[in-house]
Amino acid sequence: MTLNLNPLHVSLLALTIGATAASAADLSVGLQQEPTTLDPTSEATASIDGMLMQNVYETLTIIQQDGSVGPNLATGWEVSDDGLNYTFTLAEGVTFHDGTTFDADDVIFSFNRAMAEDSKNPAKKIFAGITSITAPDPLTVEVTLKESEAFFLFNMGKGDAAIVAPETADNNATTPVGTGPFKFDNWNRGDRLTLVKNPDHREADIVSLDSVTFRFVSDAAAATAAMMAEEIDAYPAFPAPELLEQFEADPRFKVTQGNTQGEVILAINNAKPPFDNIEVRRAISHAINRDEIIDGAMYGKATPIGSFYPPQGEAYVDLTGTYANDTAKATEMFEAAGVAGSTMTLRVPPFPYAMRSAEIVQAQLAEAGIDAKVENVEWGFWIDEIYRKKNYDMTIIAHVEPNDMGNFARGADYYYGYENPDFTALWEKIRTEADPEVRNALLKEGQEFLTNEAVHGFLYQLPLHGIFRNEVEGYWPSVPVSYMPLKFVSKG
Amino acid sequence: MTYFILRRTLGFIGTLFAVSIVVFATMNILPGDPAMSILGLEATEDALAALREDLGLNAPVHIRYVEWITGAFVGDFGTSHSFRVPVSELIGERLGMTISLAVAGMLLTLVLALSLGIFAASKHRQIGDWGVMFLSQLGIAVPAFWLSILLVLLFAVKLRWLPPGGFAGWDDPVAAMRSLILPTVALALVQSSVLARVTRSSALEVMRQDFTRTARASGLSQRRILWRHVLPNALVPIVTIVGMQFAALVTGTIVIENVFYLPGLGRLIFQSISNRDLPTVQALVMLFAAIVVTANFIVDLLYVVIDPRLKARQ
Repeated sequence: MTLNLNPLHVSLLALTIGATAASAADLSVGLQQEPTTLDPTSEATASIDGMLMQNVYETLTIIQQDGSVGPNLATGWEVSDDGLNYTFTLAEGVTFHDGTTFDADDVIFSFNRAMAEDSKNPAKKIFAGITSITAPDPLTVEVTLKESEAFFLFNMGKGDAAIVAPETADNNATTPVGTGPFKFDNWNRGDRLTLVKNPDHREADIVSLDSVTFRFVSDAAAATAAMMAEEIDAYPAFPAPELLEQFEADPRFKVTQGNTQGEVILAINNAKPPFDNIEVRRAISHAINRDEIIDGAMYGKATPIGSFYPPQGEAYVDLTGTYANDTAKATEMFEAAGVAGSTMTLRVPPFPYAMRSAEIVQAQLAEAGIDAKVENVEWGFWIDEIYRKKNYDMTIIAHVEPNDMGNFARGADYYYGYENPDFTALWEKIRTEADPEVRNALLKEGQEFLTNEAVHGFLYQLPLHGIFRNEVEGYWPSVPVSYMPLKFVSKG
Repeated sequence: MTYFILRRTLGFIGTLFAVSIVVFATMNILPGDPAMSILGLEATEDALAALREDLGLNAPVHIRYVEWITGAFVGDFGTSHSFRVPVSELIGERLGMTISLAVAGMLLTLVLALSLGIFAASKHRQIGDWGVMFLSQLGIAVPAFWLSILLVLLFAVKLRWLPPGGFAGWDDPVAAMRSLILPTVALALVQSSVLARVTRSSALEVMRQDFTRTARASGLSQRRILWRHVLPNALVPIVTIVGMQFAALVTGTIVIENVFYLPGLGRLIFQSISNRDLPTVQALVMLFAAIVVTANFIVDLLYVVIDPRLKARQ
């Protein structure tokens, strides 16, 4: 199989044409979360990717707005027919921000660093299938895999696979150096982080911003004031849907609603009776009213899901109708299973979407005769007690990783407590299927499988609400990964 | 006096030692794994193990405590687990911000509270007194964060006189002062409400005493009586409350810094607790404890200055 990719950006150029190159364009971006380090290969904090990926650091491939994979530091690649050998052709004349040249050795260094025994890469497992990586010449990298991997090229576009230089990698936590269209300028911890345009970047002519300042404003009311006072031009992931209305009514702003990769689920401990009984899980699904949950918890601003796959994805099938909301039926099923009137715990992590959803789920289960006790727990406690020790009945959480249906094939040790050899076999096929058409058909089958099994209560896709000054263009309304490249963004 | 200072210094060290054990124990008993907070849920076991080794989390608790406390004695608070830079550097960056805010808040509190309290006392059972009492009751009832939001809406969003938040450092002193005005006012309004009431009642008590009547009888002006005779004699309870309030003010910056997104110690401790950043939390709690104990120590010294009779007693 051979893939020849033209340089992309045809549609993206159209976006930036409107941008005038007049005065210095500084974009001020509000972020809820401030990272503690700036190295995406050593920490899982999403805001590191959000600020720096494809801006300061780049990867071999880039994940585009629709979730497809495009060329980046690798201008193209060939894949052998068995899907085991990848030959990447690297971009010419690329330099790191410290002036050193980028070549195949940097790719090898970056991957070996991520794969090393003492590696602290949060996504080490995406490199686990690599058996060898070599450089026949400075602009070619050959990667050999153990087995065919459907998501290999996608994974090579994630922040965990950032290409770093051996000279500077150890200092990336505080002074990031990459090859991207923006250079790191300054980080005033607790207040702001600034990037400036890299004039030497190979795509510098499509980059319209001269500098970008990230401001860390975690409190939603403070963020609202900062936007209203015009201190901040863009808040791409606004945390409080209840505050959006005033921006929608204000002609200075535009508000976007899209989806993240996060499926919000009412996770059920499948290993623990009575939840090992599929009828009980199905009854829970019948007891849930997604519209009420979305109205109450997200002010109506979210998309319902009926299985474990994002609605904006190519392989999405709408299964929200499978278990119609029917309290009488749910009550009957709970009675038949002998659990009517019993008490269950609903342990909820400290995220507004989860806490608000939990209250409504609790009320809905109560109507069907189940006494759900909501326990709000702290995040460290959640990780320890629920995620690791599986000490829970139900919880509400968003799974934000892309391509994460494989969670259901992780066996009874995973916190779902779900094990089904048929699904594990199906996921093996999905994971190794190179043909996108066939893979999408299998992904649909997977969604139907999980819905039929009612493994969890599937609630809604975690929305992405963005607030932008009118002159700000080019932000993605939905994200396929945790970054949004600023090279496509302009401020009129 | 020497004995007094010596006893106080020992108390100071003892308190910090007790705090160190409580903090260390609490942070270690709390469920949650610093390595997993950093690497996320999808991290592999060997990556987590490598990080734990790196952070020195594998050593037994008592060994870690001894290492930490001996380091702390020589000013080395270790390296932050989450920021990967020395804790002293993190604190150094932010101390200026929080201290500026706390000191400015304290000064404004004193100015507001003393003048309003004395004013109310002088207008006892008149409209001015009731006005001050009403406003201070309001000030006590209103939460600081809500007042902050109102201030921002009026002065930053509506009038655009001041920035809604943020603090870029002292390189530009004018911008820095402008950034500090609203947070200072928000902090001081609530604190001064309490203090104004204490000042008023303490002043009223002094005003009932014989020497005040004598001063009045000998024809001194009202202003001179209030500021020269009443206030100094009313200071002991006021200073007690000020000492307690300074501690409340320093911890109150945690809320204010979040609302005004200021890069101070309050936000740092907030972030570090959720990150399970042991060394940073420990150092910060120790620092806050030291500030509180020091404030109490200064109050004790001030008693002696204000009321020389106490000196004789000691």
